[in-house]
Amino acid sequence: MELIKLTIDNTPVEVEKGTTIYQAAKKIGIKIPALCYMNLEHLGIENRPGGCRICVVEVAGRRNLAPSCSTSVMEGMVVKTNTPKVLNARKTVMELILSDHPKDCLICPSNGKCELQSLAATLGVREIHSVENAAMSTYRKDASPSLKRDMDKCIMCRRCETMCNEVQTVGALSAVNRGFMAVVAPAFEQDLVKSPCTFCGQCVAVCPTGALTEVDDTNKIIRALADPSKTVVVQTAPAVRAALGEEFGLEPGTRVTGKMAAALRRLGFAKVFDTDFAADLTIMEEGTELLDRISKFLKGDKSVKLPILTSCCPAWVNFFETNYPDMLDVPSSAKSPQQMFGAIAKTYFAGKMNVKREDLVVVSVMPCLAKKFECQRDEFKVNGNPDVDYSISTRELAHLIKMANIDFASLPEEDFDQPLGESTGAAVIFGTTGGVIEAAVRTAYEIFTGNKLNKIDFKELRGLEGIRTASIDFNGTMINIGIAHQLGNARKLLDGVRSGMYNFHAIEIMACPGGCVGGAGQPYHHGDSSIIEARHKALYKEDEEKTIRKSHENPYIIKLYEEFLGKPMSETAHHLLHTHYFDKHKV
Amino acid sequence: MSNFKLQDCHKKQIKDICDSFNNEPGELINVLHKTQGVFGYLPEDVQREVAQNLNIPVAKVYGVVTFYSFFTMKPKGEHAISLCLGTACYVRGAELVLDEFKKQLGIEVGQVTPDGKFSLDCLRCVGACGLAPVVLIGDKVYGRLDPSKVKEILANY
Repeated sequence: MELIKLTIDNTPVEVEKGTTIYQAAKKIGIKIPALCYMNLEHLGIENRPGGCRICVVEVAGRRNLAPSCSTSVMEGMVVKTNTPKVLNARKTVMELILSDHPKDCLICPSNGKCELQSLAATLGVREIHSVENAAMSTYRKDASPSLKRDMDKCIMCRRCETMCNEVQTVGALSAVNRGFMAVVAPAFEQDLVKSPCTFCGQCVAVCPTGALTEVDDTNKIIRALADPSKTVVVQTAPAVRAALGEEFGLEPGTRVTGKMAAALRRLGFAKVFDTDFAADLTIMEEGTELLDRISKFLKGDKSVKLPILTSCCPAWVNFFETNYPDMLDVPSSAKSPQQMFGAIAKTYFAGKMNVKREDLVVVSVMPCLAKKFECQRDEFKVNGNPDVDYSISTRELAHLIKMANIDFASLPEEDFDQPLGESTGAAVIFGTTGGVIEAAVRTAYEIFTGNKLNKIDFKELRGLEGIRTASIDFNGTMINIGIAHQLGNARKLLDGVRSGMYNFHAIEIMACPGGCVGGAGQPYHHGDSSIIEARHKALYKEDEEKTIRKSHENPYIIKLYEEFLGKPMSETAHHLLHTHYFDKHKV
Repeated sequence: MSNFKLQDCHKKQIKDICDSFNNEPGELINVLHKTQGVFGYLPEDVQREVAQNLNIPVAKVYGVVTFYSFFTMKPKGEHAISLCLGTACYVRGAELVLDEFKKQLGIEVGQVTPDGKFSLDCLRCVGACGLAPVVLIGDKVYGRLDPSKVKEILANY
């Protein structure tokens, strides 16, 4: 490893050969502004097209300014990041970007969260010297059930393209056309719904402007809550409690489970329930399905499909329906927790409350944008009435709380309502990569071996590496497990299974970086991956503090089976809690 | 976009072209060049087929097709006219020649005559500045043009 010495703003610094000026500056606390550059270090995701030219710096002896994000350091280099020449150039670059950007910031969905807006403020741009009556590039707006594209606001940073193609390998978006008309779009500039888009929303999660945003459903929730003929109940996904606080200025990783329940109650939800309850239910069904397939396999049944793949993640479901239509019988047929919750709420719970299905409105709060797409899939409706009526993101919930004049910081800690609010530690870790399979192992182990687990934590399944593998000893039978997060890693894992390189019994896949904690509906991380790591740790902490940490020990789950479902994989369970997949092959 | 219907024989032609480049995604531009040579243009279905063969997203193919002005998604005329508007041709009166072509053919730049015989496009410099102003019809080069010669040239086709 060769070390290079240089000075940046008169401060000497020593870094490895190959380091960029941008990274070297960061090391000594100098944060050079950038727009297109993005580096999610813990996750190995980098976008470095060197296109925006905001990050330029002065290098002694060099004729022109250097883009710091894509210029490697050299021995003895003297770099200045804040000279008048640099500041002027940055301001001019910003002016040029803004000359072809709408000026309707006050009514933009990204108002207050926009990186372009805050950078313009930092750089002190006060006027835009553009040609009078100059044309602006305009594009057709596109809305899917999850994502909206308003490409007039695109600055061609191409972060979304990196996420869609390199990280997720979905290939829905590409830079098209050239010059003034250049934009990021699906093939033939068709609608997203016609493209192979999985609605994972990672393009939205990294967009520095309002070009890519989620479909905002907050007004539908407000109207439903105000309708006296409706009983409106809410479920909250595990990852939301580890991130919602960020929207109210709390440190990343602060758990706000109790305050969130209190806020939802004050918003007017008749019952504040927990998707975690349905996560426990998912383990009962998926775990039973796993054990069923494994026992048949061990008895030599050749018709059994292994590995079993988790099916909680809606973007992942969209991904395999589009890319692996030949493997539709491999994933678990268990519905996702969101949809299991909806199905149980609109049957079991509606019956208990004596509310008609049409009068019960089920809202979900999700870290995810693909959940919006999932809840409107036809197979999750009964006579046109969806099991889950509306799905909103963590960001939308924060917005609702602010709109309702609720002071989040001063809220008391409250509990979820029963019966659909009780959950175990196993359900909480659904929100992070490796969590679902660990929860499944805790239950499957005890059922398969008939023994109590001595050690509940399966640390070998945890971590943030993109692909992880482990073998768990089920009392002499080794169960091989694969875990992937980000769809590109899922593709690698699945291609490995197809080619016979891997021999797994079970695989967990989550579409987003870090799992749901890094979901596209979470507060923006603005390129700081330590935020995702903090949320990841928070969920394991919450699990640790729970008294019950295995799904099959949740008393309300036991009761649900006694009173209503019978046993896992029963006919009622099959009807309500399982689904099937469709061939949606697209290129 | 077009009424082009992809037949099995077309699929075979595209497959052969992709095979000849070992289905290398990095050969996309060469594959598109050859494919356009066969079909005259690159309609949607042809791009999808290329994407499938090279195992890359069709969005990527479309991105390349729309980036390079050489590639076209509209059918060209039997004789594609490309008029140079590069600096040398421009200062020597290319615009007047262009106007005459438009007048004679009754079409605008980027269009095809109703009988499908001619299409008219502009480009920037063919590297024959000594012959300015220059026009290409198919592969044939016409140099030192002025508007009075346009009618006569078109009569050859």
